Amino acid sequence: MSGDRSFPPRTLVEKIWDAHVVAEDPGAPTILAVDLHLVHEVTSPQAFTGLRQRGLTVRHPERTVATADHSVPTTPRGLPFLDPMAAAQVQQLDTNCREFGIPLHGIGDPSQGIVHVIGPQLGLTQPGMTIVCGDSHTSTHGAFGALAFGIGTSEVEMVLATQTLLQRRPMTYEVRVDGTLAPGVGAKDIILALIARIGVAGGTGHVFEYRGEAIRALTMEQRMTICNMSIEGGARAGLIAPDETTFAYLKGRPHAPQGAAWDEAVAYWRTLPTDEGATYDKSIVIDASALEPMVTYGTNPGMGIPISGRVPDPAAAGDPAHGRALEKALAYMDLTPGQAILGQAVDVVFIGSCTNGRISDLRLAAAALKGQHVADTVRMMIVPGSDEVKREAEAEGLDEIFRAAGAEWREAGCSMCIAMNGDQLKPGQYAVSTSNRNFEGRQGKGGRTFLASPLTAAASAIAGVVADPRLLPGIEAASGIGGR
Amino acid sequence: MAEPFRSFTSKVVPLHAENVDTDQVVPARYLKITDKAGLAEVLFRDWRFNEDGTLKDPPFVLDQPGMAGRNFLLVGDNFGTGSSREHAPWALQAWGIRAVISTGFADIFRGNALKNGVVPVVVDPATHARLFTMIDANPDAELTFDLAEQGILLPDGTTIDFDIDPFAKLMLIRGTDEMGYLLDKLPAIEAWESAHPGRVDTRPEAAATG
Repeated sequence: MSGDRSFPPRTLVEKIWDAHVVAEDPGAPTILAVDLHLVHEVTSPQAFTGLRQRGLTVRHPERTVATADHSVPTTPRGLPFLDPMAAAQVQQLDTNCREFGIPLHGIGDPSQGIVHVIGPQLGLTQPGMTIVCGDSHTSTHGAFGALAFGIGTSEVEMVLATQTLLQRRPMTYEVRVDGTLAPGVGAKDIILALIARIGVAGGTGHVFEYRGEAIRALTMEQRMTICNMSIEGGARAGLIAPDETTFAYLKGRPHAPQGAAWDEAVAYWRTLPTDEGATYDKSIVIDASALEPMVTYGTNPGMGIPISGRVPDPAAAGDPAHGRALEKALAYMDLTPGQAILGQAVDVVFIGSCTNGRISDLRLAAAALKGQHVADTVRMMIVPGSDEVKREAEAEGLDEIFRAAGAEWREAGCSMCIAMNGDQLKPGQYAVSTSNRNFEGRQGKGGRTFLASPLTAAASAIAGVVADPRLLPGIEAASGIGGR
Repeated sequence: MAEPFRSFTSKVVPLHAENVDTDQVVPARYLKITDKAGLAEVLFRDWRFNEDGTLKDPPFVLDQPGMAGRNFLLVGDNFGTGSSREHAPWALQAWGIRAVISTGFADIFRGNALKNGVVPVVVDPATHARLFTMIDANPDAELTFDLAEQGILLPDGTTIDFDIDPFAKLMLIRGTDEMGYLLDKLPAIEAWESAHPGRVDTRPEAAATG
């Protein structure tokens, strides 16, 4: 099954695109059908207001699903919201979902969690689908071979009303990752290395397709970590062709096809991978075997270096604008050109987010923290990506390991990745964070972020400084810790 | 509904920064609103204000004398990177920005801006450098923006031509939006849907049990 004979060889993205074209007027963008629309409290209220003003309804509430994640406190669920605006926003989502008939996994629902964690978990995210959400990390769902991308609130309103969007066909960008990862090096390091190479605008106008031996070897959760940060490389979406790993993850999930429908779906999904002979607009090759753990030193995710590396010198930047930007970033971070990043003191370690808040991420952190203690100078927060992840971690006793190590074990949500909910850095504090953005103030006004993998974060929490996870005791075994 | 986008003449706000992310344009803690009120006040909030709410010294460019009311923002490469928050163009628009000139824009921001009467104008690096040099030398230079002609007229009488998606241009000039266009296409959407059943059902009762 190499694809439809009426088409020339096509890439995965092109096949999904072609299967969703509703209409195309000359000169106008494509009207693209949307299979699944994910909704959260922050980017949707104005869209629902727009629907009311125009007297419109939600065309397909049964293809729409909502959760509260960005504004929700991660303190025990029985406690009231301290922030009245956050409380009002979450309440508004509840009202909107009731009024328009949209299924909501709100606070207290066993499926509540970060929108990009619960979609896959519920089996809603499936290969070949178009998936949108008013959230740039919608690219996460590309791990399943779905065309998934973030949209603005005006577009949220259009999808609610018509279940379609106006889109121009994106260009394609092949990211081939060959070789085998060394112990202590993981999916997060692959994506940080890619972005460090191509920059935060490298993928603009394109959709990434991650392929190659190192990608095929990853679990679904690791693939989600990579696709999640496609947007940090400038690409609105990033996909991985579905394979046996994908099918095994999906089988039996609540909203996955069942029985004969499952077999039919899998047969279709097998036609999706890029055809032999199909071409991409751009390509890059990365050798996984050569990668070290990665860490960022600056104020965008492209400012990353191997953990044994040194902070670059703005004077050595070829372009004056880059030099100025780097100088500004280092001033914000209060780092010195040429200094080692290893050994840099940290105040806070955050493990969580739609990038690295899944059960396998928590298992890695637990493997590193077992029998160890977080440094006295460090506050460590561990925030599960969803309520289900929390229950699973607790069933495995991971919460006990975290508490014994002196870390805080909290309720599910976006938390300190976006610092809207009260979980935030104080001005000047340094954090090693498993999240996706190190922008100025992202984790709290004046806060300074080093993006890294869960293993690097855990190693740094123990050491109290940025530390190399490859030196953790038992790292070979920990690297083999899997998941789905 | 939007007003038809008309030509305008204005001075320029120059911002020497590249990869400006939407977290800087509107910090996340201001995303807890459920409407669009108050966004002009929080535009570039953390670049403008100290911890205690006083203006930075020297003030950020928006707060320098004579900047209020300007409609052009001239800024470094890859403006609007990061989060998809449409609050970013809402805030720019509320402050008065109608065109942003850069060598590049992040994809989601570009689309959001066009839907809110903020036109992202991409110029080549040489033109970009020339504009910055001109504005740095003469901060009160006035430019005229002509959407229909896709040109920006400079004080020296030359014009910078720019590209814009023809569909987005039409929407701006008519002062209409994509929703109206899509609603007109509902018959085509219905026809497509009848041939393509939904791929998933999000309702709890549709979930397999056990």
